[in-house]
Amino acid sequence: MTEVIGLAGIGRSFPADPPVHALAGVDLSIHRGDYVAVVGPSGSGKSTLLNILGLLDRPDTGSYRLEGTETRELGDRERTALRGARIGFVFQSFHLMDYRDVEENVMLGGLYTGLGRAERRRRAHAALDRVGMGHRRGFRPTRLSGGERQRVAIARALVAEPALLLCDEPTGNLDSVTTATVLDLFDELRTNGTTLLVITHDDTVAARAGRRIRMGDGRLWPIPSPDHGGAGVDTARVPT
Amino acid sequence: MILGEALSGIGSRPARTALTVLGTVLGIGTLVTTLGVAATAGNQIAGRFDAATATEVTVTVPATGTTDDPPPVPWTSLTDLARLNGVTAVTGYARSRDGDTLPVRATPLNDPERVATRQLPVIGTDTAFPAAARAAVAAGRFFDQGHLLRRDRVAVLGPQAAAQLGLTRVENQPAIFVKDQAFTVIGLLAPTGRSDATELDDAVVLPWSTAEVTVRGGPLTTVLVTTALGAAPLIAEQAPLALTPNDPLGPQVTAPPDPAALRTGVAGDLNGMLLVLGLVSLVVGALGIANVTLVTVLERTAEIGLRRALGARRRHIAAQFLTESTIVGSLGGIVGVSGGILAVVAISVARDWTPVIDGRLAAAAPATGALLGLLAGLYPSIRAARMQPVDALRGPG
Repeated sequence: MTEVIGLAGIGRSFPADPPVHALAGVDLSIHRGDYVAVVGPSGSGKSTLLNILGLLDRPDTGSYRLEGTETRELGDRERTALRGARIGFVFQSFHLMDYRDVEENVMLGGLYTGLGRAERRRRAHAALDRVGMGHRRGFRPTRLSGGERQRVAIARALVAEPALLLCDEPTGNLDSVTTATVLDLFDELRTNGTTLLVITHDDTVAARAGRRIRMGDGRLWPIPSPDHGGAGVDTARVPT
Repeated sequence: MILGEALSGIGSRPARTALTVLGTVLGIGTLVTTLGVAATAGNQIAGRFDAATATEVTVTVPATGTTDDPPPVPWTSLTDLARLNGVTAVTGYARSRDGDTLPVRATPLNDPERVATRQLPVIGTDTAFPAAARAAVAAGRFFDQGHLLRRDRVAVLGPQAAAQLGLTRVENQPAIFVKDQAFTVIGLLAPTGRSDATELDDAVVLPWSTAEVTVRGGPLTTVLVTTALGAAPLIAEQAPLALTPNDPLGPQVTAPPDPAALRTGVAGDLNGMLLVLGLVSLVVGALGIANVTLVTVLERTAEIGLRRALGARRRHIAAQFLTESTIVGSLGGIVGVSGGILAVVAISVARDWTPVIDGRLAAAAPATGALLGLLAGLYPSIRAARMQPVDALRGPG
């Protein structure tokens, strides 16, 4: 299987007194079609990891290969282009624009990657159908339920056909019923070959993932899963 | 793509956009109204000085102390004035030393039941009078140099004088009596075209040489000059020198004001105050756009973060907000110039004026508004572009 993400010795610290080492030597490998959950308490460095994976932040040390491309060497412009084309973001607070209808919100995906308007509309229709929101195209996000909003946001992330879907607490604002619909959608996406990385502190969300990793003290610790029998230990090594 | 995003950004908050636009509307509207009304009023005032009026110069010669003094302006000096470049016709007239008006009647009979005697101004003049006074000969003829040299007892009547004396035709060579001296009426004049010489319509016009020997005609008191278009101010300056080289400060010259100077004068008066007002509104409008754009940027932090996450580069973000503020500015310019033109037209209708608006002004207004919006959006756009996507995603929203 092709490696989508390869992190090696990633470190990131923030200036403070004493300096905060949010990430201290993180190794991680994610392959196409993986469904990975990262769990951990607040302050464990989950968000920093997500920002670095999403090319929103640069690591201080280590190497980050996205589909084989070493991103530490890239300039701002290339990183931005790579981010727009290869990474889809799903946020806790959805980040939908209330004054635009569902279709227009979804069409924002791919706006900055040079896709024509007609092509974006076609893809938006396909993505909305894929998340089961095709019947809500003309709605304003304010008229949708939380779960529906998150599904629209996922559709937006899918428009650019990214290599990786980065989900930051995707169910943090949802109740248990709508959480279930979003998780069902993740299962379905995974079945269709989408690579997913979900950051969460909710164990029921993490339980649905194929691979679970615990974050603590700026490092990743694999959680052995009953049915996968410790798979992934090799890719999230415990630093010695 | 940026334009579409900017338009939908503006359209998403119509009320706020309207209020933001308002500042520019007021600024540009005030400016256009000011300039438009100034141009209209200036044109209106200048319009009164038509081609005829603008070519008329009148010189009034002060009366001499005693009858023994030589006349301040001899009749021969009129030919000196006529030689000046730009003069088209020169005449002068003298009144009787016996008073402004003299008893005149058309019949020698003394009818006790009718008032046949009229008090009319009697003037002596030369042959250029019809041309210089812009009074056409309505019937008969004007006297010529021969009448003048022979001191013939002939008279030409102004239209009012003829009406008062009951004369309508001259074929039968009617006679009038000025101070009981008979004159043959050889012509009738049409009303004068000079607005400064309407009293000549009442006059009995005699050759000046005849007037001297019959009605104690005095020295030349008034000189009427018509000039070529545009030459009036120059002739007004030169006329005293030509007429009375010994005493150039003596004669009083009445010349039309320079229409160009008049127009700019009026425009200047009106402009000063309102122009400042308009500029102040414009600055306030620009500050309004800057302020609202900045608020919008801060409010839309999350949107900026999202766009960066979706692959927008810094210049995409800057361009979007710049476009938004520029569109808001141009909207203000378009609405402002429309309102300003409407105001000028309304004022013109109320005053019965012809509205005058410079087309370039109307064209420049939206551009000015756009420029204003662009400048106003500069700082907020830079702020927006500088936002770190990580921080922006955590922002409000």
